[in-house]
Amino acid sequence: MKYISLTIVALYLGIIASFAQSIKKDSIPYEKRKLKFEQVDLVNSYYHQEGNNSAVTGGVGTEKLTDLSNTFDLKLSKYDKKGRKHTYNFELGVDTYTSASSDNIDPSTVTSASYADVRVYPSLSWDIANEQKGKSIGFSISSSAEYDYTSIGAGLSFAKSSKDKNTEFSAKIQAFLDTWKVILPIELRPDNDGGVGYLQNESAPRNSFSAAFSLSQVINKNLQALIMVEPGYQTGLLATRYQRVYFTNNTVRAEFLPSERIKLPIGARVNYFLGDHIVLRSFLRYYKDNWDINSQTAEIETSIKLSSFASISPFYRYYQQSESKYFAAYGLHTISQEFYSSDYDLSKFHSDYFGAGIRFAPPAGVLGISRLSTIELRYGHYNRSNGLNSNIISMNLRFK
Amino acid sequence: MKKLKPMLLLAISIIAFSSCSSVKAYEKMKLNDAEMELSARKAEKFEQNFQLYREGSSGANGGKSGGGCGCN
Repeated sequence: MKYISLTIVALYLGIIASFAQSIKKDSIPYEKRKLKFEQVDLVNSYYHQEGNNSAVTGGVGTEKLTDLSNTFDLKLSKYDKKGRKHTYNFELGVDTYTSASSDNIDPSTVTSASYADVRVYPSLSWDIANEQKGKSIGFSISSSAEYDYTSIGAGLSFAKSSKDKNTEFSAKIQAFLDTWKVILPIELRPDNDGGVGYLQNESAPRNSFSAAFSLSQVINKNLQALIMVEPGYQTGLLATRYQRVYFTNNTVRAEFLPSERIKLPIGARVNYFLGDHIVLRSFLRYYKDNWDINSQTAEIETSIKLSSFASISPFYRYYQQSESKYFAAYGLHTISQEFYSSDYDLSKFHSDYFGAGIRFAPPAGVLGISRLSTIELRYGHYNRSNGLNSNIISMNLRFK
Repeated sequence: MKKLKPMLLLAISIIAFSSCSSVKAYEKMKLNDAEMELSARKAEKFEQNFQLYREGSSGANGGKSGGGCGCN
């Protein structure tokens, strides 16, 4: 943890130092600058949660978790001979987390491998835009790795805007091919006490496919909206095998869920510029899947412009979901049930999430650093009706 | 659900009471403002991630739709 923190600080200082020296543009011949630097985004967040419905211990016990997340996102671009703009994005993310519930997979180890873990996830995308025709096509690849889980992803996107640029349609397909090294609770190793499903140390696939279609429309000089549909399909090991389920007859098994899941979320965004100083940003989503989860999300953010380069944005989000047909609390599943889980993420609940963000984008740069164009800080508090609560603080530094 | 209705009505009202007109490029000063982007903010990235992990639903918000277990 200390090493990663120092690395991040060194990365920050390195970038700031490199931008502190202005480049004499005229000294570089134009033809040599084929690739143009667009921007770098550094996003960091600290997340902490508390709760008492850990799925690792069958729906009871601590859910205390701390996560430190960092991403470095570099965007470059160039124009080709046909006048098409090529944009390249490289992102590297590193998350480090500690989870008290994961440590209960094997309580005899005070700090087991699962107690603290690091997730590393690089990704690369390439977008080719014909600005005259209003068309673009994009490709992306990604991967992520942590102690017991690896993922490889790929995506293809297409967008077309109208001549007046007031309407845009976009489509994106994505596939993630994941592999999970199965870990069972200590007392169920190696064969889950004769129960069904993947066993200790087996390699299990989890594949996710999604297609996102969106349509955005400028409605007038102050108002624009977007609607998005993103059906998804998952197959493979969808249960978390180190999560325990306790039955009415006092036996225990590893969580077992269907190997397929179909999801249908429909979302909409509406943004409205009210007067000269207020922007209302809203988001609505309806979601349904074949595990019987139906959910509704509504979010509103009011961005108040304090000056031409500073704004403050309080926000509120309400979410509610129904219970999955495979969920039951501790000790309530019957042994005859085909699928079972005591993961409260699949239970019936509603949640409130509120907080505020502050954004500075002075023309001369933040703190006089001309390349540091924007700094944004956000804090949010999350309350779930079943007792889980969390806090998150995030920061985005943008260099241009 | 009671809390959702006012927000839904607000969104529908804004759309319904506004005429959909062709806006010229030079009239898009407010639409081009960074706060008006029809996507989540960069700084919201990890908020979307924890919501994805702590809630049973995902997608249609421009955020992560797969990859990684989210099992903690």
